[in-house]
Parts: sequence; structure tokens; C-alpha cells
Amino acid sequence: MPASVLSKNKLRVYFVSFWLIWSAIHAWVLHEWNYTLEEAWADSIVSNALLCMASMLIITSFRYYLPRKESFTYFGLMCIVLSAICISLTRFVLAFVIKDKTLDQYTQSIPVRAAIGILILGCVILINVLLHTLQEQQEQERRKSEADRIAKDAELYKLRQQLQPHFLFNSLNSINALVVSQPAGARKMIQQLSEYLRNTLKKEEHKWVTLEEELEYLQLYLDIEKVRFGHRLSTQIQADEIAMQMKLPVLLLQPVVENAIKFGLYDTTGDIVIGIDAKSSANMLTIKIENPFDAEVSKPVKGTGFGLSSVQKRLFLLFSRNDLLNTSTRENIFVTQVKIPQQ
Amino acid sequence: MIKVIIIDDEPLARNIVKEYLADYAQINIAQECNDGFEGVKAIAQYRPDLIFLDIQMPKINGFEMLELLENPPAVIFTTAFDEYAIRAFETHAIDYLLKPFSKERFDKSLQKWLSQQNADKNTNAYAMLAEATVQQQLSQNRIVVKINNKIKIIPLQDICFIEAADDYVKIHTAEGQYLKNKTMQYFETLLGGEQFVRTHRSYIVNVQYITRLDPYEKDTYTAILKSGEKIPVSKPGYIKLKQVLGL
Repeated sequence: MPASVLSKNKLRVYFVSFWLIWSAIHAWVLHEWNYTLEEAWADSIVSNALLCMASMLIITSFRYYLPRKESFTYFGLMCIVLSAICISLTRFVLAFVIKDKTLDQYTQSIPVRAAIGILILGCVILINVLLHTLQEQQEQERRKSEADRIAKDAELYKLRQQLQPHFLFNSLNSINALVVSQPAGARKMIQQLSEYLRNTLKKEEHKWVTLEEELEYLQLYLDIEKVRFGHRLSTQIQADEIAMQMKLPVLLLQPVVENAIKFGLYDTTGDIVIGIDAKSSANMLTIKIENPFDAEVSKPVKGTGFGLSSVQKRLFLLFSRNDLLNTSTRENIFVTQVKIPQQ
Repeated sequence: MIKVIIIDDEPLARNIVKEYLADYAQINIAQECNDGFEGVKAIAQYRPDLIFLDIQMPKINGFEMLELLENPPAVIFTTAFDEYAIRAFETHAIDYLLKPFSKERFDKSLQKWLSQQNADKNTNAYAMLAEATVQQQLSQNRIVVKINNKIKIIPLQDICFIEAADDYVKIHTAEGQYLKNKTMQYFETLLGGEQFVRTHRSYIVNVQYITRLDPYEKDTYTAILKSGEKIPVSKPGYIKLKQVLGL
């Protein structure tokens, strides 16, 4: 609901001053036109108070229902009806206050009063519509720049996610260490890291690959982690023959495995096993990824962790289903299960 | 002899430091540690002059480990990528090495430390550093305390309330109470916002544990917690509490 145009102090001052000045002019004209001073003021106050109330009615009604800017008939009718009501009510009230002779004069001046009333109410509507349009435009502009900002942030975040600076620099540091002690190992690691980066930078989000290809890529990532943490990381990868040839969206499992490494390896001490197990059933590829976690340090989030929400979203966009990603815990093992319907 | 300890969860990363240190005959590597827990133990045992400390490590990070030490040794931080930490180091002019670092860069850091070694100890700067990383710690949603040489990690949501106790603060949880050598001000900044409210000069309360507010004296109240404990609420404390609870 838009705010009333009278919510701004400056506009409120304008509104009040207009009615005060207008009432004074009104009274002065009537006084010139043979009204006594009291009668002139009574007439002015009653008719302008009613007109003012009608204006406020318009302003308030626009907060709840703003007609389309082109509905001139509606606006015109509104002016005519409201000013007619004002004039009749004014006459009704004035009958108690002023003399009959003056009341006759009032009746004579009704056309002029009607014209003025319609004019004033028309102006009120016009200003109102203008101000609301302005407000709407500002709101729209604000929303647009906000949306732009969010989109930009998301893009930056995605880029950073892809490159994983922490992983990258630590890997480079490992190479730095290997260069002197094991030059062959250093060379191998450079090749693995390059291959991994090349794959990451490929922008083929919509491509489908076989599980075999996806696992090869994951193996690359896990091998790099093994150079860094070989003393305590081991992996168990199992997949049946049919599952190996089933297809899945490229890089879908990557964030799941990264998540497993984060909680299973970075946040734990001691030897750990990361397990990947793929099974095929009729038209469905089911992959289970298991990692241990340290309950003292990180309690697995209910539902899906932060790293997994992107996977959930991607699966939903692809299959319009929300039940394809499931997580569970078994003692200190965290299990992520991804199901991929086969087409 | 200068005693150093290397604390990093990656053996290859420790190897680099070891390799670079080989040129310094006066330096002896007392121990290498895989994580902060081992680090705390080794530092107590060997009292090193200098430690090389990684920031991202399992269980507790480098800053949390430093906080647990009563007399921290000099530290050269090593990190691969950590925006917040790097910002904090720069603000407090504390030396740090960005992995992978060169021998030249490493030598420069070490020479700088060797030349200042007797001048002044940086203990104060580490305390300030810890304060500066408050924001970062918040994202971890936990507090690390030491009780009888055992390290305990307390998730923030487990804290019922915090009470001032001389130079310490006492952290009350359902399981027990823990002392930590920090100020109330520190915890107010660390926990500030929605879940915790400083209801009194000496109390910070987790609003989720409040069951009732009873009037005490004029303008002051008593908060009754689920555990039955009574926490004083001062006049400004009540105003803050009202805001958070949306009264």
C-alpha cells in the first residue's frame, strides 16, 4: 500500500495553508457580495471544511485503490458527485445559521460554487495521481538497482565458489613444498591442478555427462586433496556397471563432494574415509556420498547445508522435484543422497 | 637456542617452513602440531619463543588457539586466503605470510622478528587482534574455553547467560560454568544483536532461555530463566530487552 501523499510534512503544510488562504478569499468575496462578515465566514468555513473533507476522502481512498491513470470518467464522476454532496450539505447546514435572504443568494450562486468545487477536487486528484506516479517510479528504480546489486553479488560469489581461493592457494603451497623434495610429485600435482581448473572454468552448465566422466573429474579433485592430506584421507568409490553409463548434469556432484571434504576433512583430525557409492535402478541413478564429521565442532544442519542448497536448486530447476537430494546422519557419518532420474 | 613450534594441519606446509628454517642454526624446531589442540599442549610443554601458526585448522582455528594461551609466544601467521584475517593483520601491523610464500619473504619476516625480539613482546597486539576477529568468530557460532587443560567448544546457542566475575567472565550453560579471560564489553560485541542482550552491567542473557520477567524495584526487573536462575535487569537493560523481544 503506498503511503498517503499527506505523510510528508512539507505537503501537509501546503495542504493546510491552501485551505486557510482559500477560505479567507472565499469569505472576502462573499463579504463584498453583500454578506455580513459573520455570514461570510460561516459560509466559507462550512463549505470549505466540507470540500476539505472531500479532498481528504479522495487522498485516503487513493491509498487503498489507485485507479488507472487513464480512467478520466471515474475521476470526473468523482469530482461531480463529491462537489454535489458538498453543496447540498453546505446548504443544509447553513439553513440553521444564516438568514433566508442570504440563503436565496446561496442558491443563486450554486453553479459558480459547483464549478469551483469540481475544479478544486479535480486539482486534488491530479496532484495525487502525479505524486503517486512519482513514488511508484522511485520505488521501481530502487528495486531495480537492488536487483542489479544482488545479481552482481551472486555472480561474484559464483566465481569465487568456482575458483575456491583457499583450495587453490593451499594446493600451490603444496607444490611449493614438493618442488625440492619430490620434483616428480610436484609436476604431477601441477598437471592435476591445471586439469581441475580447466574443468571448473568450462561453462557448460547444461551438458550431461556419464557418471564415469563425472567420477574421473571428482577423482582429480580428491587426488589433489590426497597430496595435501594423504596421511589421513582415503576414498572409497563404488559404482555398478550400468550406473557408470547413466547420465547426470555436469559438475552436479562436485559441490556435494566439496561439502564432504569441508566437514569430513578440514574440520576433523585423524584418519577419515570419504565414500561415494552409485547404484542404478529402473530409470534412476542413486549416488550416496558419505563423510565423517566432528560433532563437537559442527553439527550438521537439518535439511541441506549451505553448500548443498545450490545442488537442491539445480535439481529443482532440472526436474521440478524437491525430493532428489536427501541428507541423513548415522552416528558421526553424514550421508548425502542424490537421485538423478534418467530420461 | 631459539625454540619454535610449527602449527599447521598440512604436513607439506610444515615442510616448507622447516626447509626455510634449515638455514638458521640458532633455531630449533621443538615440535610440529597438526591442530590447535596439539598446539596448546606443545606450547605449554616447550614454552617456545616463536610459533608459525596457520589460521584455518580443524577443531579450533589459529585465533581461538591464541586466545587459550595465557602468555602467548611471538607469532608469525601463515594463511592461504582469509579476507577477514588479512584485514585484521593489516590494521594491527602484525606480520603474516601468505601461502605460498618465498624464501625471501620468509627471511624478511624472521629477520624482523629476530631484530625486535628483545624490544617488546606483542602480547597486547594479539589481544587486539582477537578483538578484531570478533566478527569472523561470530560466523563460527562458538566460543572456545579451557578447563583443567581440556579444551571445550561451546556453541553459542548453548549459552544461557554470561556473568561478570572480576577480571573474568563466567559463561553459564546447561552443562556447567566456564571462566574466560575476557571483558563483558568483548562479549557484548561478539554476541550483540538478536539472541543475546546485556540486561545489566554484569549480565548478558540469551533471550531464548528467558521464561518470565518479574518487576523487582522501580524500573528494574528480574528475568527468570528456564533453569530457574534469576538475572537482574536494569532500566537500560529492560529497554534493550523490550526491543529484542518486541514487547
